[in-house]
Amino acid sequence: MSESTSRPESEGTPHPTRGDTSQSHLADIATTDAALELPPEQSGFGEGVIGEVLLDIEGLSKSFGSVHANRDITLNVRRGEIVALLGENGAGKSTLVNQIFGLITPDRGTVSVKGDSTPIKDPRDAIRRGVGMVHQHFQLVPVMTVAENMVLGHESTRAGVVLDLDSARRMVRELSEKHGLAVDPDAEVDDLPVGTQQRVEILKALSRRVDLLILDEPTAVLTPQETDELLGVMRELANSGTSIVFITHKLREVLAVADRVYVLRQGEVVGEVATKETDATGLATMMVGREVVLSIDKEPATPGEPVLEIEDLHVRDDRGLAAVDGFSLTVNAGEIVGVAGVEGNGQRELVEALAGMRKVVSGRMRLGDLDLTTANPYQTHHAGLGHVPEDREKHGIVGSYSIADNLVLNEFDQAPYAKSGVRQFDAVRENAERLREEFDIRSSGVFQTAGSLSGGNKQKVVVAREMAFKPKLLMAAQPTRGVDVGSIEFIHRRIVEARDEGAGVLLVSAELDEILSLSDRIAVVHGGTVVAEMRVEDADRTEIGRLMAGDH
Amino acid sequence: MERLSTWASKNRTPLVIAAAVLVAAYAFNLVRGDIAPSMFGAAWGYAIPLVLAALVGVIGERSGVVNIGIEGQMLLAAFAGFFVAAVSGSMIVGVLAGIGTGLVAGGFLAVTAVRWRMDQIIAGVVLNIIATGLTSFYLVSGQSLPGVIPNVSVPLLSQIPLLGEVFFSGRSVIALIAILAAVLVHLALFHSRWGLRTRAVGEYPSAADTAGIKVERLRMVNVTLAGSLAGLAGVYLSMDASSTFEREMTAGRGFLALAIMIMGAWRPLRAFSMALFFGFVNATASQLQQTGGFSIPPQLTATLPYVATLVVLAVAAGRVRPPGAVGQPYVKKDQ
Repeated sequence: MSESTSRPESEGTPHPTRGDTSQSHLADIATTDAALELPPEQSGFGEGVIGEVLLDIEGLSKSFGSVHANRDITLNVRRGEIVALLGENGAGKSTLVNQIFGLITPDRGTVSVKGDSTPIKDPRDAIRRGVGMVHQHFQLVPVMTVAENMVLGHESTRAGVVLDLDSARRMVRELSEKHGLAVDPDAEVDDLPVGTQQRVEILKALSRRVDLLILDEPTAVLTPQETDELLGVMRELANSGTSIVFITHKLREVLAVADRVYVLRQGEVVGEVATKETDATGLATMMVGREVVLSIDKEPATPGEPVLEIEDLHVRDDRGLAAVDGFSLTVNAGEIVGVAGVEGNGQRELVEALAGMRKVVSGRMRLGDLDLTTANPYQTHHAGLGHVPEDREKHGIVGSYSIADNLVLNEFDQAPYAKSGVRQFDAVRENAERLREEFDIRSSGVFQTAGSLSGGNKQKVVVAREMAFKPKLLMAAQPTRGVDVGSIEFIHRRIVEARDEGAGVLLVSAELDEILSLSDRIAVVHGGTVVAEMRVEDADRTEIGRLMAGDH
Repeated sequence: MERLSTWASKNRTPLVIAAAVLVAAYAFNLVRGDIAPSMFGAAWGYAIPLVLAALVGVIGERSGVVNIGIEGQMLLAAFAGFFVAAVSGSMIVGVLAGIGTGLVAGGFLAVTAVRWRMDQIIAGVVLNIIATGLTSFYLVSGQSLPGVIPNVSVPLLSQIPLLGEVFFSGRSVIALIAILAAVLVHLALFHSRWGLRTRAVGEYPSAADTAGIKVERLRMVNVTLAGSLAGLAGVYLSMDASSTFEREMTAGRGFLALAIMIMGAWRPLRAFSMALFFGFVNATASQLQQTGGFSIPPQLTATLPYVATLVVLAVAAGRVRPPGAVGQPYVKKDQ
């Protein structure tokens, strides 16, 4: 997401020539980083003064049941240094930082902050020692105001009991001015966009005296602009002497802002390197533990008959406003059509309408013989639509069901998974074991609950289910969002395979790189309608960026 | 002044409703001065234990703990208050025993539902069953109270026409405490450090935890202390509203209080108003039975309060939102 949409702004930077779709996602990132666009005052990413060791971790281990989440981890962070923890989903990054913040007690090993190696009891203790943390899932009370959230746990009072919210508001204003992070102290957190909520989280951490700031996947929910802004803030904090540990699996960010990187794999530190001495390919290889296949090998498409025809479609969003507004598109068998666009331009509603999850106002959609305009998800599935939904937690899996059950969610009532209304568990299990193998779903077994899998493996469950029945049309919405590098590569390969087996693929993604590297044809959407269609050979990144921004 | 006006604009709807209700009450008093004061008096009398019990629910659920055992807490306290007073010969010892029993019953819920993370509904039901069982088993007849709970009039406030008469003139101490408790719980919940932390713990406990607040401890303290108000409500029933203990004399008030808590949107003062509304519907029902002129069967008029509850709950549902983490035990990450 980040590297794609910020790109068009950089008119001056040389663009990788289109056409070379073999140019990988990852290699692409590497080239981008050389010309990372940031405002001048931020790109003064000069080294701050890096001082003595502030955080020293030795031999840290933590197991959950039989799973070694962290194994013998040793690392250190110096004052004023930005250290990135890089790793695939499930590599143990969050477990590690949660131990620094006192949320998880280590089984073995020591965490010492400023030379004090007594065990950190709880978050209160961590805060007292100068550790602040911005959590991946924001730890803000949604119905409370910014000021209330900011002082929670260290409230100032009048006469010992009466809450002094005026001083809280003042504090918010001062802090937000000092760090250039604008927030309204009286706004209710619920009403704020995620980017702003994160600012509140950061300010909340900074409102206590912080020597070490931990950021757990801070950019996962941010727009490219917000990401750049955050990286700038991090650099400024480091320059003024705060040490930062941040978790990410986006290589661009690591290379842009970190001084040093620790790479984690399966709970262990597998590498430590100064960012100056590495590049995206090197980091990716360390993360995955093997050379990442950087290019998606695909033959030119051999499109066949149309499988999906959409004509003048109109769909409303949740607020009742026109979201899809006169959308027309055809997808043929054996080709991948990428829908590129800034999020919120009707993509979600389009996908939901196609899947039978949202009512259509007017227009026509046909999948083979089925009229999709009035179809429900059961019918769309049986007409041959495979759907990898955008929100896998909500629409893709049932977290409390086993992997095996999740893999037959749309066919559990049919042979061979059921006979005369009785479930056939052997068939379900065999199916699961076969798909687990085939799709490299990493779990302790097929009866593990799907909710306990890492993001990448959850997504593989969804992809496996939706591809297993050989759909005529595979519709994938943000198929690699929040998924680690290894899984991204895997999912991309499977999508191309589906195409090669003759399925039509509709790929909706906010990652322009993903669209460019996978698609045979690209439809750019803006304002709920297709503003341009092109073959990928003719696609130009800058041009697409301009179209996505509504300039056409 | 500016603060007052922002407060007023924020609370416009409730203020307008309150004003309208007051105007209606005074108008009613003007037209039917013969029955209005006694009806309002009866309404408040009925509302007193409901106010106290609803506050128990509000404190519990604002902390994230469902307290379905209010009924049992009240019943145990009514029993303990009455018999301790009768045996000891001291009203004050009886009242303290009642309140203490409420605290212990609250502590029971705190330990089972919070510390042991037993299902909160089941913990409450268990409390209710224990209460019914114990109080029925140990019930003895022929006891009587050694005295009465004193009535007091508040100077100045009792001079206000109608309102003063209903709330502040010749009312029992417990009635005054109920008013005070509603105001205090409101102030504490929304304007104190304890309140901010309590709401955080009930809305989003992991945020409170990461801010260094001990979630489980705060929940236990709140649920336990709220028990004292349930105790007072029980004491009111057996030692003030009547002067005898009867089997299951709480008669569902503990559950009614939960409905009132919901109708009051988990806010103490609104719950207070809803309890009054409920008391008034009750008073109207009994007034209709007494006049009887309309030839409405009394069985039908007796359903009025319940019909009203259903209607109001149906209207309120969807408009009010329970605390985010209500009913969910908080489990730390590595447990």
